Amino acid sequence: MQDEAAVLRRRDLLSLIGAMAGSAAMYHAMTSLGFASESRYQGPLKLEGDPKGASVLILGAGLAGMTAALELRKAGYQVKLLEFNSRPGGRNWTLRGGDSFTELGGATQTCEFEPGLYINPGPWRIPYHHRALLDYCRRLNVALEPFIQLNHNAFLHASRAFDGAPQRIRAVKADFQGQVSELLAKATKQGKLDEAVTKEDQEILLQALRSWGALDRDYSYNANLHSSEYRGYATAPGGGLTAMPVPSEPIGLSDILKSSLWRYLQNFANYNFQTTMFQPVGGMDMIGKAFAKELGDIIRYNARVTKIQQNDHAVTVTYVDTAKPAIVQTATAHWCVCTIPLSILSQVELDVSAPMRSAIEAVPYAGSVKIGLQFKRRFWEEDDAIYGGISYTDLPIRQIAYPNTGYNRSGRGVLLGAYLFDGANSYEFTAMPPQERVARAVEFGAALHPQYTDEFENGIAVAWHRVPFTLGCSGDWSEDARKQHYANLCQIDGRIVLAGEHASALPAWQEGAILSALDAITRLHERVVKT
Amino acid sequence: MTRVRTMGFAASLALVAGAALAQNGPRTFSSGYRFVEMSGEELYHNVCRGCHMMDAQGASGAGSYPSLAANRNLEAAGYPITMVVRGRRGMPPFGDMMNDAQIAAVVNYLRTHFGNSYSDVVTAQDVRDAR
Repeated sequence: MQDEAAVLRRRDLLSLIGAMAGSAAMYHAMTSLGFASESRYQGPLKLEGDPKGASVLILGAGLAGMTAALELRKAGYQVKLLEFNSRPGGRNWTLRGGDSFTELGGATQTCEFEPGLYINPGPWRIPYHHRALLDYCRRLNVALEPFIQLNHNAFLHASRAFDGAPQRIRAVKADFQGQVSELLAKATKQGKLDEAVTKEDQEILLQALRSWGALDRDYSYNANLHSSEYRGYATAPGGGLTAMPVPSEPIGLSDILKSSLWRYLQNFANYNFQTTMFQPVGGMDMIGKAFAKELGDIIRYNARVTKIQQNDHAVTVTYVDTAKPAIVQTATAHWCVCTIPLSILSQVELDVSAPMRSAIEAVPYAGSVKIGLQFKRRFWEEDDAIYGGISYTDLPIRQIAYPNTGYNRSGRGVLLGAYLFDGANSYEFTAMPPQERVARAVEFGAALHPQYTDEFENGIAVAWHRVPFTLGCSGDWSEDARKQHYANLCQIDGRIVLAGEHASALPAWQEGAILSALDAITRLHERVVKT
Repeated sequence: MTRVRTMGFAASLALVAGAALAQNGPRTFSSGYRFVEMSGEELYHNVCRGCHMMDAQGASGAGSYPSLAANRNLEAAGYPITMVVRGRRGMPPFGDMMNDAQIAAVVNYLRTHFGNSYSDVVTAQDVRDAR
């Protein structure tokens, strides 16, 4: 009751603020009172004050660089971008049929997907609380559709449990919840929680466990039509004479525990993976392309930066055209926003202070591998009724992700046949030739979907340590390194400021890249307007 | 720490994706965060080769992976041990993913292959001391 009173008082205060000062002020007040604080994004950036013709050279046309370019140009700066690739977006990237990709070491793969099918080798999902990215999508007219993180009918698979048979997420989730509820109900009734829970609350707890865990009248979880409403039926309800459903048999607690399937359930609870998640219609690179279209011809592609120098007046960047590396060119501006990944920046000749240099050298880059596989038909939908979402396995492919678009169509489809992030398997897959990565993904995936063997057509594999423009997937900060170096990395150093996912507390997320760029240019602008 | 060994793989997959797959032999996969490969050769092939390449020549894009072939930096064994344990710049540290014996094995392999021929042998104790 005390809590309720406190909430009411807070609510009264808010409505008072709302009535007196309008909804914007109320929103601000809510944020500072601890509500609505799910994002650090403050809405479209307003850089006030005249930059008086100042110029900014931006290195890297990924989401961080292009965000900085868009906002600085709007604020009156002269802006130019240098980009290593021949396309915008950086890690915001989609591979479609006809695209070719040459990895470090020289292996070239040409994507053979049918038109309309694709994989996103980099980022592929957007949490609802990534408000900055979502706002740019809205402003740049990038259409979004749901990304299915949790599909109850996808699989959890442990190669050494249940004779290797994949289990439906629905059943594992319902059974784990049911078995744990039964156990807790038993402990409650035996008085074992008497010290921790009042008698009154124990009554409520028992009701809650029965409801949440699909327990029967005696607080036990077993095969009946009620538990089947959660975990699914042995024979589903039908029509006419044969309509009556038959309950299914739950998995025992010990079997779930020993199988380790419970460890995948966190993928549906984690804040970053909660519904609703989004993906751009047609591929993640729709975002990068939309930024680039807005920016027009201020992006210089195929430019490899070799040196970044600064003095009291300007920053000079030396670069070569990737097609004509013998011809050395320079670009000069008053200021520089550098979004080059630290894996590469640590190798570039760069005029910055020792603390920033140490910070740049303190961040290793994580390994990650994604493998796209095209099949003759969407058997996961036709045969298994899996529409979007992700299956998890302890096999070295770790995940199989189903397309969250084009549902229920006949004809070909593309799966994400492996997604490795960090850990031994990501290195092992990186070390293989691309064709073998694809072949191994098909081999392992057949344990979940035997249809692989007959239906597989072609595939493409991206190992991020082999990607020429990043040399890794994302900045892999240790806690110690962050404590020691993060602030130094983010400081404006003379006329240079860094941005990118590596300069954020949202590593490997596009939102981190954008928030980092917004923060960096806000500070840069303050400095420019003051001087 | 069990390993997944893929045997008979070439036979079953050659049907699926053509002749290119027939060359795939058995390969070791780790089951968890840490590597299960034990020999220096297998560790090089399954881990280091990802960046430093088959012939240890490294590679170059917007940045580079250094060549480890005929590399004078490998002469003092402490240097490659520290590199593998702690990483450097973009290179990830492997100290938590490999034990002392594994790191000694891969360092010994590197120092006696790819045009490197340093005869002093690194021991697991040397790695422990460097941690």
